[in-house]
Amino acid sequence: MPIYSLHNFLTALPEIFLAVSAMALLMLGVFQSEARAAKEVSWLGVVVLVIAIFMVGAQNGARHVSLAGMFVIDGYSIFAKILVLIGSALSLILSVRYNEREKIARFEFPVLVLLATTGMLMMISANDLLSLYVGLELQSLALYILASFDRDNARSSEAGLKYFVLGALASGMMLFGISMIYGFAGATGFDTLAAHLTGATPPPAGLVVGIVFLIVGLAFKVSAVPFHMWTPDVYEGAPTPVTAFFSVAPKIAAMALFVRVMVGPFHGLITEWRQVIWAISVASMILGALAAINQRNIKRLMAYSSIGHVGYALIGLAAGNALGVRGILIYLTIYLFMNIGTWAIIISMRRNGRLVEGIGDLAGLSRTQPAMALALGIFMFSLAGIPPLAGFFAKLYIFMAAIDSHLNVLAVIGVVTSVVGAYYYIRIVKLMYFDEPAAGGAFDRNMGAEVRAVLIVATIVIMFFFLYPSPIVSGAEAASAVLFPG
Amino acid sequence: MSHWPLLSIVTFLPILGVALILILRGDEAATARNARWIALWTSLVTMLVSFVLWADFDTRSFDFQFVEQAVWLPGLKIAYHLGVDGISLFFVLLSTVLTPICVVASWTAITKRVKEYMIAFLVLETMMVGMFCALDFVIFYMFFEGVLIPMFLIIGVWGGARRVYAAFKFFLYTLLGSVLMLLAILAIYVNDGTTDIVTALNHNFAPALQTWLWLAFFASFAVKVPMWPVHTWLPDAHVEAPTAGSVILAGVLLKMGGYGFIRFSLPMLPDASAMFAPLVYTLSVVAIIYTSLVALAQEDMKKLIAYSSVAHMGFVTIGIFTGTPEGMQGAMFQMLSHGIVSAALFLCVGVIYDRLHTREIARYGGLVHNMPKYALAFMVFMLASVGLPGTSGFIGEFLALVGAFKINTWVAFLATTGMILSAIYMLYLYRRLIFGVITRDDVRSMLDLNWREVVVFAPMIAVVLWMGIYPSSFLHPMQPAIAHIVQHLEAARQTPHAPALAQR
Repeated sequence: MPIYSLHNFLTALPEIFLAVSAMALLMLGVFQSEARAAKEVSWLGVVVLVIAIFMVGAQNGARHVSLAGMFVIDGYSIFAKILVLIGSALSLILSVRYNEREKIARFEFPVLVLLATTGMLMMISANDLLSLYVGLELQSLALYILASFDRDNARSSEAGLKYFVLGALASGMMLFGISMIYGFAGATGFDTLAAHLTGATPPPAGLVVGIVFLIVGLAFKVSAVPFHMWTPDVYEGAPTPVTAFFSVAPKIAAMALFVRVMVGPFHGLITEWRQVIWAISVASMILGALAAINQRNIKRLMAYSSIGHVGYALIGLAAGNALGVRGILIYLTIYLFMNIGTWAIIISMRRNGRLVEGIGDLAGLSRTQPAMALALGIFMFSLAGIPPLAGFFAKLYIFMAAIDSHLNVLAVIGVVTSVVGAYYYIRIVKLMYFDEPAAGGAFDRNMGAEVRAVLIVATIVIMFFFLYPSPIVSGAEAASAVLFPG
Repeated sequence: MSHWPLLSIVTFLPILGVALILILRGDEAATARNARWIALWTSLVTMLVSFVLWADFDTRSFDFQFVEQAVWLPGLKIAYHLGVDGISLFFVLLSTVLTPICVVASWTAITKRVKEYMIAFLVLETMMVGMFCALDFVIFYMFFEGVLIPMFLIIGVWGGARRVYAAFKFFLYTLLGSVLMLLAILAIYVNDGTTDIVTALNHNFAPALQTWLWLAFFASFAVKVPMWPVHTWLPDAHVEAPTAGSVILAGVLLKMGGYGFIRFSLPMLPDASAMFAPLVYTLSVVAIIYTSLVALAQEDMKKLIAYSSVAHMGFVTIGIFTGTPEGMQGAMFQMLSHGIVSAALFLCVGVIYDRLHTREIARYGGLVHNMPKYALAFMVFMLASVGLPGTSGFIGEFLALVGAFKINTWVAFLATTGMILSAIYMLYLYRRLIFGVITRDDVRSMLDLNWREVVVFAPMIAVVLWMGIYPSSFLHPMQPAIAHIVQHLEAARQTPHAPALAQR
C-alpha cells in the first residue's frame, strides 16, 4: 500500500488533525496581537481537542494496521486516546486563568500541549518499536519545554532541565533496549515479534536484556520506582497546570503504551517480564505510601501519590491478561478525574493573589470554603480507595485481576500499602475539617467559572460513579478484550 | 405493601433528609434548628418504615425476605441485591431505632456545625442499614467501608481533646482489617464467578481456601467486634467521640463484626470455623477476663464502659462459634441487648457530661440526692449490663453460656467469671457516681433529667425490660435462620465435602 493511500490518512486522522491544528494555531498566535493571543489560542486548543475526541470516537472498534505496519488502531486505542484527550483538554482549561495570573500566558503553551498530545496518541497507536520511540520523543520534547514554561522562575527552569536530562537518559536506555531486541529478534514490528516470541523456546539472554531496558524507559515515563526520582521535583517546580497535565495525560499514554508493548509483542515472554513488573509495582506502592507521609508541599504529595497509583495500575499489567488490562483502563479513567479535580483545587489555592502550596494552608478549609473542602475531601477519600467513591472501584478491579492471576502476595502488599497511603490522604481531610483555619484566612474566591466547571464535573464523576458504572466498565472490558484475540 | 421496595426505602430515606438539609439556607441558628428537625423527622419516618418490615416479616421462614434485585454491573454478575432474614432484621431495627435517639441526644449538646453533624448521622444510618440488608458482597463491602467516612468525621470534628489521634486510629485500624476482607471477597468472586452472598453461602469451598478466606474475614470482623488484642482503637474512639457517636459505635458498629461472623464465617466456611473455634474461644475468654479487670481500674466513665463493651462482645464471639442453636441465639440476643444497653449507658454518661463537662468518675458522687430520675434510669441499664435476670442482658449471656457449656466446660467456666467481674465493676461505678454524699457545689447544682432526656430513656428502659421478660418476640423470628445455619454446620461436620444444603 503506498504511503499516500486514503487508508493511511483515515486511520491516523485524529493525529493528523491535531498536528495540523497545532501548526495553524501557531500561525494564528504569531499574527494575533499579544494581549489576546494566549487566551484565544488556548480556547481554540480546547476546541481542537474536543473535535479530536469526536474523531477518535467515530472510529469503529475494528483493528486497522496502517502506515506500513507502524500504526494500529483498535478498540483499545480508542479508549486510551479518549482518556488522554480528555486529560489534555481539562488541563488546558485549567491553565488559561492560571497562566494569566502568573504572567506566563503565552500562546506557545496550548500549541505545546497539542503537540505533546499528538505524540501521546501516536504512542498509544504504536505498532512498531520505532513508531513507539518517535511518538514518545514527540511527547517528551514538548513536555520538557512545558515543565520549564515559567522560564523566569528558577524552580521551573530547574524542573525542565532535570526532566530533560533524566528523560534523555531514559530515552537512551530505551533505544539501547530496542536495538538489543532488534539484534536478537530481528524485527521491530509488534506483529512480527508477537509471531516469533511465543515463549515455546527459552528466549536468548540478549533479548531479555533488551526487554528490561525497554521496561526501564517506560517505567521512567510512568514514573514507577526506581525510576521515579524526577517526579517530585518536576511536579513541584513546574507551573501547576503543567503538573496537572503531567499527572494525567502523559501518564495515561505511557501506561497504555506500556500495556500494549508488554502484552502485544512480548506476551509470549510473560514469565520473564512479569517478575520485573511485579518488583517495580511493589516498590512503587511502598514508596508512594511511605514517602508522601512527610511531605509539606501539596504538589510533592501528589507526586508521591501518583507514584503509588502507578504501582497499583502496574498490578494489572503483572496479571498480564484481559482482566488486568481492564483493571488498568478503569483505574486510569478514575485516576484521571480524581487527579484533575484535585489539581483544580490546588490551582485555586491562592491567597491575596499569591499562590500557596503548603498542605498546612488547607487547615480549616471546611469553615472558610465548605464546598471546596467537601470536593477535596471526596477526592482524598477516593484516592485512598474508600467506597462508595470511584477510587474504590479502581482498586477493586485491579485487585480482582491480581487474585484471578494468583498474584496473592502482590494483592496483599497492595491493600496494606493502600492503608498506609490512606493515612496521608485522610490527614488532608483532618486538616480541612478538624483544624482551625490557617493564619492567612480564606483563599481567594474568584477561582473562575471554567475551573469551577472542571471541578464540578470531576466531583460528580467520582461521587456518583457507583450509580452507573457500566459504561466505563463495559467500555474498558471491550477495549481490553481486543488485545487478547482468541 | 409487598411490592414496595421497602429495604431500599429504609436504606436511602436518610439520604433524602441529607438532601433537604443541604438545601437549607439562612442564618446559622435557623439552619441549625431546621437541620435538627429534618434529621429527627427523617430518622423517625425511617424507623416507622422499618417497623413495617418487622410487622410484615414471616417468622416461620429462614429465607431472605423483602428481596430486591437489580442489575448493577452486568458483565460481572455483581447485582444490587438486598434482603433480610431473621438475623439481619433486628440489626436493621437497631440501627433505625438508635439514630433518632442519637439525634435527640445531640439536640443541645452539639452547637457547632449542626448541619454537617446531622448529615453525617443520616449518611451513617444509610450505610449501617444498607450493610445489614446487602446480599451482594460488593454492596456489603461498600456499606461496610463507607461507614468509616462519616464516623471518622464525627469523631474528628465533634470529639474531645485527643480526637485526631482517636479518629486516625479508628480509621486505619478498621481499614486495615477490611481491605483483607476485600481480597477474600475477590477470591470468592474468582472462585465462584459471582459476588452474590446467597450463592456463596450455599457454595462449598475447598478446605485450604476456606482457611485463608476465614482468616481474611476474621481480620476484618475481629477488629470491628473488637476482639482482644485488636481492641485498642475502641477505648480511644469511645472516649473521644461525642456522646451520640459513642452510642452508634457501641450500639451498631461493633455489631457489624458479630454480624459478619454469624452471616459469613460460620455458614460459608464451616470447616475453617470449626478449626479456628478454639482460637476464638481463647481470644474471647482473654478479652472477657482481661478487659473486665482493666475496666475495674478505669477513672474515666466512658473508658470503663468501652472496656466493658469488649468484654460483653466476648460472649458474643464465644456464642457464635459454639455453633449450637443456644449459643448463636444467645450471641444474637446479646448483641441486640448490648446495642441498647451500652448505647443507653453512653447516653447516661452523656447526661452528666453535658452538665459538668468531665468524665472523671471521682468528680461525681451522691447524684441520687439531686438526680433521682437519673439514678433510676442508670440503675436499670447498669443492672442490664451486669446481666440481672429480668433484664435483656441476662438472656443473651445465659444462652451464650449454655451454648459454651455444651461444647467446652472450661470456656463456659472462665466466661462466667466475666459475669462476676462485670457485676463488680458496674456496681462499683454506680456506687461511686450515684451514692455517697455530695461534696462539691457544682455537683449539688446539677439538675435532674429534663423532658427530652426522659423521652430518650423511657423507651429504652421499656425495651430492656421487654427483652428481659418476654424474649420470645425477638428470639422467635431469628430461630428459623439460626436453625438453618446449625443444620448446615451439622451437615458439613458429618461429611466435610457434602454438596450444599437446601437451596435458599
